[in-house]
Amino acid sequence: MTVPTTIPPFEVFYATHGPEVLGLLRRRLGRDRADDAFQETFLRALRAYDRLEHGEHLRAWVLTIASRVAIDVHRRTTPTVDVPEILHEDARPAYEDLGDLTEGLPAKERAAVMLRYGYDLSYDQIAAMLESSSDAARQAASSGVRRLRKEARP
Amino acid sequence: MTVPTDLDLRFRETAARSGMLDAGYDLVDSPLGPLLVAASDRGLLRISFDAEIEQHLEWLARIAGRNVLRAPRRVDAARRELDEYFEGRRHAFGLAVDLREVTPFTERVLSELARVPFGETVTYGALAARAGRPKAARAVGMTMNRNRIPIVLPCHRVIGANGSLVGYAGGLERKVALLTLEGAIL
Repeated sequence: MTVPTTIPPFEVFYATHGPEVLGLLRRRLGRDRADDAFQETFLRALRAYDRLEHGEHLRAWVLTIASRVAIDVHRRTTPTVDVPEILHEDARPAYEDLGDLTEGLPAKERAAVMLRYGYDLSYDQIAAMLESSSDAARQAASSGVRRLRKEARP
Repeated sequence: MTVPTDLDLRFRETAARSGMLDAGYDLVDSPLGPLLVAASDRGLLRISFDAEIEQHLEWLARIAGRNVLRAPRRVDAARRELDEYFEGRRHAFGLAVDLREVTPFTERVLSELARVPFGETVTYGALAARAGRPKAARAVGMTMNRNRIPIVLPCHRVIGANGSLVGYAGGLERKVALLTLEGAIL
């Protein structure tokens, strides 16, 4: 079996991105909940790691997994409150804004939209990450976009 | 931001138990210096006197797959048996070895090598004969030189026909130390 040189052994990937992932999770969830989310993030990454086809977006990839884990933890542990979504006139789905913009989407659609349009990953890569098929990833992304359009319409 | 040690170890522990690692490794202390020990779920992949992991990561990923992680738990059994060996309490290893990429000849030679008992020596030629190739003493020498699981696959017990120690990939002084530990030389 040959391994493309662009994807490092998992140890290198983990050592490189571990600190930043922990930082992100602590900001989102606080210290106590961040530890479990850290484990979960790297276990999900480990599960998908041997199916990655290239190593160009590893940082974006793992930060997206972490965001998704944070959303899941947040949903599990925070009671829901009705807060109306306010979309600003100048809100553009640029890289930085996409995270906030997609906040209200179902987790799978949000992840698919983020990965496709925020990080420019292929549907195959997204499928590997979300543990589903390429078609399902495409569908999740497009229904996420449809939902966003509907919400953005006055 | 650094990852706290306890959190880091917890992840490595969980990863080792998850069944998703292709190989796990750790350093094991020994009287001959720290040993790099790596294992897959099939068995030992590597023991090295060169404990610089950077030297081994790419090789491990190429042989076993890219899910390679330092995972102390993965080499616990090897650590225990090596400790016992160096304390003189163990004469035979019960550890499986993962020789997935070696040639059939190498595998034959190494399995004959594994039968050479603690405290005894064998010549390159005799080992070649046991592996069914009496004239292949030189090839057996190469195989010993490239043995990637020294100590457990006891290439230190193989010596020249005239009784000279010949050589050892880990350094001749280590060959002397191992044979002395086993009482094969005084």
